Amino acid sequence: MWSLGNITHSIDAWLNESFNPAIALLTEFVIVGTMAIGLFAVLGLVLVFMERKVSAYMQIRVGPNRVGPKGMFQTFADTIKLLLKEGLTPTGSDKFLFNLAPVIAIISAMLLLAPIAFAKDFQMWDLNIGVLYVSAISSVAVISILMAGWSSNNKYSLLGAMRSGAQIVSYELSAGLSILAIVVLVGSLKMTDIVASQETGWWLFKGHIPALIAFVIFIIAATAETNRAPFDLAEAESELTAGFHTEYSGMRFALFFLAEYVNIFIVCAIGATLFLGGWMPFHIGQWTAFNHLMDFIPSSLWFFGKTFFLIFLIMWFRWTFPRLRVDQLLNLEWKYLLPISMFNLLLATAIAILGWHF
Amino acid sequence: MSAIQYIKDIYNAVKSLLIGMKQTGYYFTHHKEIITQNYPEEKQQLAERFRGEVVMTHDSNNEHKCTGCTACELACPNGTIKIVTKFELTPEGKKKKAIDKFVYHLELCTMCNLCIVACPTDAIKMDQAFEHSVFDRSQLTKVLNKPGSKIMEGVE
Repeated sequence: MWSLGNITHSIDAWLNESFNPAIALLTEFVIVGTMAIGLFAVLGLVLVFMERKVSAYMQIRVGPNRVGPKGMFQTFADTIKLLLKEGLTPTGSDKFLFNLAPVIAIISAMLLLAPIAFAKDFQMWDLNIGVLYVSAISSVAVISILMAGWSSNNKYSLLGAMRSGAQIVSYELSAGLSILAIVVLVGSLKMTDIVASQETGWWLFKGHIPALIAFVIFIIAATAETNRAPFDLAEAESELTAGFHTEYSGMRFALFFLAEYVNIFIVCAIGATLFLGGWMPFHIGQWTAFNHLMDFIPSSLWFFGKTFFLIFLIMWFRWTFPRLRVDQLLNLEWKYLLPISMFNLLLATAIAILGWHF
Repeated sequence: MSAIQYIKDIYNAVKSLLIGMKQTGYYFTHHKEIITQNYPEEKQQLAERFRGEVVMTHDSNNEHKCTGCTACELACPNGTIKIVTKFELTPEGKKKKAIDKFVYHLELCTMCNLCIVACPTDAIKMDQAFEHSVFDRSQLTKVLNKPGSKIMEGVE
């Protein structure tokens, strides 16, 4: 049967037969790198278009509808426009850091792709500390934001960057604790183990209330970590004129924009892996016929379906909720999310020890 | 802050957020009524009082009602209107003042309507055209009386 896993295995086998292992490994690096960049480009185009359409539908508008059928090629046109634009570097800025910041943003997003299981046996690097790696690397993104805000030599950019620093550092905690709740239930940090543990049912359903609370907290923290509304006070178009990337133009701005959308995808992919079973099809206990039917849907479709469902959820948040103030943002984290997620972790541990989950 | 108040706060917050999401979710799934317009194809029905530009009314014989009295020119606060007059010979051989050019500077006009109010013969009125963008500023200086037009019979 055709599957992405079989294709990668046959390519790997063929490369190792034809060349010596070092060259084969190098070729695989190149292939994987190209595919990652390709995925980035596609994600940028698709997610920007999706966001514009979703926002339009939620605000009873039509959205982009001129370029191509239903405005399908609008994002292509926008990309071409951004490519042709002049990338200005302000005179008073720290030129080295200013030019480095968008690259770091995109590299940190790219590193996060490594442990994600896109389909059955289709994963770049199945390292045994997968979840820890993700939460560690996702903190690197804040460096690029701080760098951009500081080097721009612009008050608004600096304010936005500082807000973003406070925000990401705070929300890392509750994101980490909500991830831990699932890690406790699974007993492993490895992505494949986490997916495999959900063969009989997704953790959202299997883990009772702790998993549900962890899921809600994770979604809130993920929205905050990707700097999206209602937690977008790092960019805050209406008060800080786009915050840390005020001074960026042309392709460097596009890189920030792309990194933002790719980060959303990655965070949602992690959420889908932890709570909704990654590429695992939807199974209900003993209904063998139903389960068998579900297995016919390719695993990659399951993964992308779940991920895009979560992305849609986050877009739904963005186009419904108003922006929080800084004090409200920090109150929400330190007075509500953190205590609740700590208590929730305790509850999850109790359930894991007592074996109450299915 | 008591523990009950704390839980109550969370409950109320979640409830109000869900109400908001329900509303936008309803809009998302019921995508029929659109409150915006596809502008170049569908144009908005403008309010009657909307003022876009000054035009001079001409009838089917290419005749207007402007006597060249310059009341509008005097009424205009910005100097938007310049009237160039000439003398025409009437059939009886008398010289009569008539307008040569009614020059209207759209780029200076604030659509205050004072010229329309000042006009004793209702020769000019406000039109609702609003798509005035041009590539060259000089195109905004318009001559309102049509070439070869004459004053209407009986308008003094």
